[in-house]
Amino acid sequence: MTAEGGHSPLEQFVWKPIVPAEIVGVDVSFSNSSLFMTITVLVATLFLVLGIRRSDIVPGRWQVAVELSYEFIAGLLKDTVGAEGRKFFPIIFTLFIFVLLGNLLGMVPYSFTFTSHIIVTFGMAFVIFVGVTILGFAKHGMHFFSFFAPPGTPVVMLPLLVPIEIISYLSRPISLSVRLFANMLAGHTLIKVIAGFIPVLGVIFGVLPLALVVALTGLEILIAFLQAYVFAILTCLYINDAIHLH
Amino acid sequence: MSEEPPTSSFEELDAKLKAARGKRPSKGSESDTRAQNGLGMALKIGVEFVSAVGVGVGIGVLLDYWLETKPWLMVVFFLLGSAAGFLNIFRTVSGFGYAAGYNANNADEKSARKRSE
Repeated sequence: MTAEGGHSPLEQFVWKPIVPAEIVGVDVSFSNSSLFMTITVLVATLFLVLGIRRSDIVPGRWQVAVELSYEFIAGLLKDTVGAEGRKFFPIIFTLFIFVLLGNLLGMVPYSFTFTSHIIVTFGMAFVIFVGVTILGFAKHGMHFFSFFAPPGTPVVMLPLLVPIEIISYLSRPISLSVRLFANMLAGHTLIKVIAGFIPVLGVIFGVLPLALVVALTGLEILIAFLQAYVFAILTCLYINDAIHLH
Repeated sequence: MSEEPPTSSFEELDAKLKAARGKRPSKGSESDTRAQNGLGMALKIGVEFVSAVGVGVGIGVLLDYWLETKPWLMVVFFLLGSAAGFLNIFRTVSGFGYAAGYNANNADEKSARKRSE
């Protein structure tokens, strides 16, 4: 029973400052979270810049990977927003690559998954929410409020429907951030918990949880992709709503 | 890959690429994306409902605190939040996002009606 050495499955999520710092009472320490965000940005930059360094007409594997990621997001924007979505490509692509690489780098043993922290995902979702709302107002002015009254609603129903629509609208950043955070947190905790059974069950029966951990690791990589995709597609849909109303 | 003679022109390459694309079976990838969408949808629905209820209750509690009408506005906004949660689920299931709930479906119906007429 002591084989675990007292490691909690939740220990991997502990936030640790590496370079403690404070500016006018605000904690601005460079933490393990900041470190992995920096690594993510570096890896993304290297992946993209080195991938298109030579720009062959017949691309190599690396260049194909970069071009595929570009075409994937460009196609996503075209399908959900349409031609007007072109100018939002940089933000969607950045978000997708940042979330995807954050999820995938979190799968490396002993690393830190910054997308498993609600404040990180909520920060991103809140920026998207505020940005999309500003976009809606910039595009439609006060007419944006008609977004909260579905077309063809009887006037009698408006006092009931408008609050419901507003709550539904306000729940967007919450559902967007909680989905990513909960998936990452639950998946990583589950892997650690199952892995904790291996030393307890010994060599013979320990094979079962080991096989399960291998399968779960594969599933986690799928979820890492899926959640980055969902994050990107929902941002596209919110932009689409703001541009086209209904 | 490395020792191929560089005789083929780009047009030939283009023709080869087109032939290869035509050969690729598209059925497998289609069912793949559908399975992925199903998994994503299942993960999505629960969060959509709970977040709307959470926002509703939050607004209710804040308004109660401000107007000193404990606990009535929380109850009212809990019900409104639940309704918003079901609305979210409806929109998630009937096509992603907001517009899909009304416009896209209506457009589909209209075009379908036109075709049948």
